[in-house]
Amino acid sequence: MRDEIATSPLLEIRDLRISFRTEHGLARAVDGLSLSIEAGEAVGIVGESGSGKTISMLAVMRLIRDPNAVIEGQVLHRGRDLMQLPEREMQAVRGGDIAMIFQDPMTALTPVYTVGWQIAEQLRAHEPLSKRQARVRAVSLLAEVGIPNPERRVDEYPHQFSGGMRQRAMIAMALSCNPSLLIADEPTTALDVTVQAQILELMRRLRRDHGSSVLLITHDMGAVGELAERVVVMYAGRVVEEGPKEAIFRDPQHPYTWGLLGSIPRVDRARVRRLAAIPGSPPSLLDLREGCRFEPRCGYRFERCATRPELLERVAPGRRDACHLDPSVRPALRRAALDGENAQASA
Amino acid sequence: MLRFVIKRFLSMIFVLFSISLLVFLIFFATPGVDPAARIAGRNADQATLAAVRKDFGLDRPWPFQYAVMMKKLFVTRDLTSFVNRGAKVVPQVLEAAPVTLSLVFGAAIVWVVVSILMGLLAAVFRGSPLDVSLMILGLIGISMPVFWLGEVVNLLSQSRLHDTVLFSWVPPLGYIPFTESPFGWFKALVLPWLTLSVLYIGIYARVLRSSLIESQEQDYVRTARAKGITEREVMLRHSLRTSMIAYVSLFGLDFGALVGGAALLTEVVFGLHGVGKLTYDSLQNLDLPVIMACVMYAAFFVVFVNAIVDVFYAWLDPRVRYA
Repeated sequence: MRDEIATSPLLEIRDLRISFRTEHGLARAVDGLSLSIEAGEAVGIVGESGSGKTISMLAVMRLIRDPNAVIEGQVLHRGRDLMQLPEREMQAVRGGDIAMIFQDPMTALTPVYTVGWQIAEQLRAHEPLSKRQARVRAVSLLAEVGIPNPERRVDEYPHQFSGGMRQRAMIAMALSCNPSLLIADEPTTALDVTVQAQILELMRRLRRDHGSSVLLITHDMGAVGELAERVVVMYAGRVVEEGPKEAIFRDPQHPYTWGLLGSIPRVDRARVRRLAAIPGSPPSLLDLREGCRFEPRCGYRFERCATRPELLERVAPGRRDACHLDPSVRPALRRAALDGENAQASA
Repeated sequence: MLRFVIKRFLSMIFVLFSISLLVFLIFFATPGVDPAARIAGRNADQATLAAVRKDFGLDRPWPFQYAVMMKKLFVTRDLTSFVNRGAKVVPQVLEAAPVTLSLVFGAAIVWVVVSILMGLLAAVFRGSPLDVSLMILGLIGISMPVFWLGEVVNLLSQSRLHDTVLFSWVPPLGYIPFTESPFGWFKALVLPWLTLSVLYIGIYARVLRSSLIESQEQDYVRTARAKGITEREVMLRHSLRTSMIAYVSLFGLDFGALVGGAALLTEVVFGLHGVGKLTYDSLQNLDLPVIMACVMYAAFFVVFVNAIVDVFYAWLDPRVRYA
């Protein structure tokens, strides 16, 4: 029994499916997402807007309130399926064992309460603390995330904080109850580049100090490189590739991942004539094909792409991808793609 | 916060001074109009006109006239109506003010409490039959003219059903001063309060509902939910508190206008001799001193109530304090 708990992952998402009833039919936002995170691990979920990464994590937190949403699947956390938990017990999980920080710190804090009050509110929801004790904790949390003058800042309102400071305050709030898992939904997207680096550095340090697992949702490959150990690439509601960070960066298997990596400017190589853009745009969630969803935009499609490629270990243990291309021909095709030639050929 | 309050009240005094000056200039310095003839009323004889000119210092420059007017209004309080055979104006206003204040304050309490409850219920049960029926009820309230509703209430409570258990407690139309009989004051005003508040309950419940629903989509409400607090705490602490900002600014406008005389129709229907009624009567007689006093009173209350609301507003929304 002990062993089973020790070996079971901290969070395991099994075959999560999310769709929305709309006037024009069912929009399938997430189609069979399976994902697991070990204790202390940092996983990055990458993909462009609409790939289903944020909505999946909101589903894990049970924060989707749209009455037209249909959510199926299991989310196992410490041996319990969060999807089946009564609302009361789910509240104890939210902010307690699993905390979440959001994309835009400018709007994510309630404007009418002081930052300290908002941190104390979360603390007091999960721990029996007096107002005074909660305030003391809030001050030390603000100090921990690197806010100068925390004694004074704790009584200030969000509009008196800069964007980076607000995100630090959000992180302080998320970490206040020592969660075992921190879900960070594009925590740096809305910030200045210099502040982005500081926030990532802060998250890395806090992860080391607190031992929390981190699930980083982003479309920024740089942020993934900074923080994550394992990378999951999503496209149109499905995982297309998954593996250790170094392997994904060094040896990506799926043509979509090639496109993602090829669209980052690099200063360590001779400049190609233009950055590789992935041609076309993501499919409408209302009208999804049964086969590979990337097929219409893929320069290497062939007959088999009309059937759904399963997410399987094709090249190495711990590395899974969902592409019908023969693994032996991929490296040559990829080199062509990453050098930008293909982008021009198919444009 | 204290600095904001002081600043706000200093600016209020400045605004009041400006309004008094403006009102004075409109009445006394409009080119081509002889203020003495206006004050003396229709068909006044030469002796009265001369008395008016002397009394108001109309042969002196206008700053002097302004000072005389303000002295008559606020210091000696002996501004006299010539139309109404020498009746003192200020006591009339002071007598009418408590009637209007009683009416409007009571109605405001009713409409604030009821509309917040209705708005909250409708937003919490959004899309349910309860939501739909509450909002239709609000719309009916908005659509009913207050004079018609008041007359129906009177018809039922004063004549048709007056002898039944339901309405036998209703006193005859009119105002009973609080100092005379607190319970009588209450009984005389219950129906006017309800009648006047019906319109505002409808408007405010609808405004609050839509602003609550809008706030439910805000990022900070999602953050609050992610903290693991209960749905009720999310609603009351985060959604309602931020939604009250729009509600309160609307309240300041309506409340100020009502205290300043906009409750006229309700006052007339229920035989309450308040400021609205006084203004209306003086306009009928072209009784300039009374009009002047009523306008000053109304302006004072609109400005004063707005200052109070602004302070409350700053308490609700810290961003305002530093503006």
